[in-house]
Amino acid sequence: MDKSGKAYWKAVLTLVAQVLLVWFLVSYGAGIIFAGPLNNIMLGGYPLGFWFAHQGSMYIFVALIFIYAWRMGKIDQKFDVHEE
Amino acid sequence: MSLQAITYLVVGATFALYIGIAIWARAGSTSEFYVAGGGVHPIVNGMATGADWMSAASFISMAGLISNMGYGGGLFLMGWTGGYVLLAMLLAPYLRKFGKFTVPQFVGDRFYSKGASAVAVLCLITASVTYIIGQMTGVGVAFSRFLGVSNTTGIFVGMAIVFMYAVFGGMKGITYTQVAQYCVLILAYTIPAIFISLQLTGNPIPQLGLGSDLVGGDVSLLSKLDVIVQELGFSKYTTALPGSKLNYFVYTVSLMIGTAGLPHVIVRFFTVPKVKDARASAGWALVFIAILYTTAPAVAAMAKINLFRTLNPGLVSSANYDVTAPDAQISYDERPDWMKRWEVTGLLKFEDKNGDGRIQYYNDKSKDPKFAAAGWAGNELTVNADIIVLANPEIALLPNWVIALVAAGGLAAALSTAAGLLLAISSAISHDLMKNIFAPDMSEKGELMAGKIAMACSIVVAGYLGLNPPGFAAGTVALAFGIAASSIFPALMMGIFNKKMNKEGAIAGMLSGLFVTLFYVFAHKGLFFIKGTDYLGLIGGANSFFGITPEAFGAIGALVNFAVAYVVSKITPECPEHIQHLVENVRIPRGAKAVDGSHAH
Repeated sequence: MDKSGKAYWKAVLTLVAQVLLVWFLVSYGAGIIFAGPLNNIMLGGYPLGFWFAHQGSMYIFVALIFIYAWRMGKIDQKFDVHEE
Repeated sequence: MSLQAITYLVVGATFALYIGIAIWARAGSTSEFYVAGGGVHPIVNGMATGADWMSAASFISMAGLISNMGYGGGLFLMGWTGGYVLLAMLLAPYLRKFGKFTVPQFVGDRFYSKGASAVAVLCLITASVTYIIGQMTGVGVAFSRFLGVSNTTGIFVGMAIVFMYAVFGGMKGITYTQVAQYCVLILAYTIPAIFISLQLTGNPIPQLGLGSDLVGGDVSLLSKLDVIVQELGFSKYTTALPGSKLNYFVYTVSLMIGTAGLPHVIVRFFTVPKVKDARASAGWALVFIAILYTTAPAVAAMAKINLFRTLNPGLVSSANYDVTAPDAQISYDERPDWMKRWEVTGLLKFEDKNGDGRIQYYNDKSKDPKFAAAGWAGNELTVNADIIVLANPEIALLPNWVIALVAAGGLAAALSTAAGLLLAISSAISHDLMKNIFAPDMSEKGELMAGKIAMACSIVVAGYLGLNPPGFAAGTVALAFGIAASSIFPALMMGIFNKKMNKEGAIAGMLSGLFVTLFYVFAHKGLFFIKGTDYLGLIGGANSFFGITPEAFGAIGALVNFAVAYVVSKITPECPEHIQHLVENVRIPRGAKAVDGSHAH
């Protein structure tokens, strides 16, 4: 396996891109651009688009950071650049 | 015990706690002063970051803004939390690995230029000072509303408290006080929200209550609210959007990257022991922030229902209710006590425009002919947005100790943010200006003393600005986020993610991003916010750039910054080899050492 700094950085950028994609889809996508159509779906008493803007995005942001931190830990180990 | 006495007791107790922590956590070295010795646990740092981040604006004003804006208020919620995802992935771990005391020092070392560092110091100080004015005014408001002392006395007391733990304790004192302040402010915010959610929906968790049915019916809270506001001529709460969708989008981007670029937040991540901790700590910070930020929309909507129920008693309970019926609104003489109390402060104003002695609170810009037909002559009640949080417990008839707790919470929010900002300012002065530029041979002891003096001076300046808020106070938050978004964030990001970025590109980028943003903001608000010097004609009218408001313009400034930096870096000498190695080294966690102030070259 390629353990060079280049390969490590590529793995990091891939992860960052994946997380940013979800980050964008929930807030700008579901919370803003598609909020109108999503409001036709109800989540309990919440119209879904409104829920994403006022609640959902924030929960998903929290989850995203922890998922990122956990996956980064694994990448660090794999490429042997983790802290001792 | 009277409300006044309980408030004194609760606020006094929290202040005693902060001072106790200050005595325990004195800073003896520059490392303790700038980064709390670098040994703060990631969860503790997350909590401190939460208090650092959540200002008087978050605590006092945000729910009220959301209450007024409805769905459109989501830009504050998403904008001020989404930035932490960027911070966690793009900046915090790398800046922690770089291992220096301040943000301008990273800029200076990475772009091998004292000029770049000086530009960063300039941006940092402008952003932080404008931000701090709001905190000091917040302290004054909380004191004068709840403790019955004058604004001036309030600000002096606030200054004295911050002085004690910030000057002697530095980052160490600030960190541990912020942990205590977080606990106070989060209790003060959530307890009233829990009570109100229980009263309205029977569900104690506000985040769930907001999506539940109202007590005694099968109508959901939000759909009821939608009906009520439309009855009174406002736009539908769950879809209301002031301005265009594009502006909503761009505004949210500006707040997100502004959040990630605010130096007083970034430096908090220099206090954790490892790169790994910096990543996790950002997650914990957002957990603690989200507890308040997900409660805020519930507070906003529920307070709005309570307010309408107070003013139009039959409106919430009955389905077919004529809001314009002559006896539908309460008469001014029968108004509840809390309204009388808040009228004194000027945050609530009644003017009987049609002379019928009743309170007509509605959207008088509505085209609906029913209001004029009923003889309504305009909206008669002016409600300041801050009331939504400050008077919320009183509107919901909660016990006095809850009201006292809200006062302590507002103060905790303002003081904790002020302290974080003061540290960012004083370290930029003592470390980046004095130690790195003007007096490089200063001893550690001398630098520590310089830091403390800079901090003391900053407190005096902040207090002065709080007492004599300059005319531009209202525009300041927009300015702070605009500067952070358009200058600091792009420079830091390119410093890490583009190893070929050179000093010419970075400086040109920062200056042009800053210039474009200021140019657009000043066009609307006047040169340096001086009244009468606005030049909207020059840019073709208000919001002329695709309908984007000046508050939202930071994102455009950031784009300009990235573009200019890229082009300039392509036509100027390449970034030196050893700096490219430095960047490669910053990108991997291994070898992270304790944070210090020495130079990389």
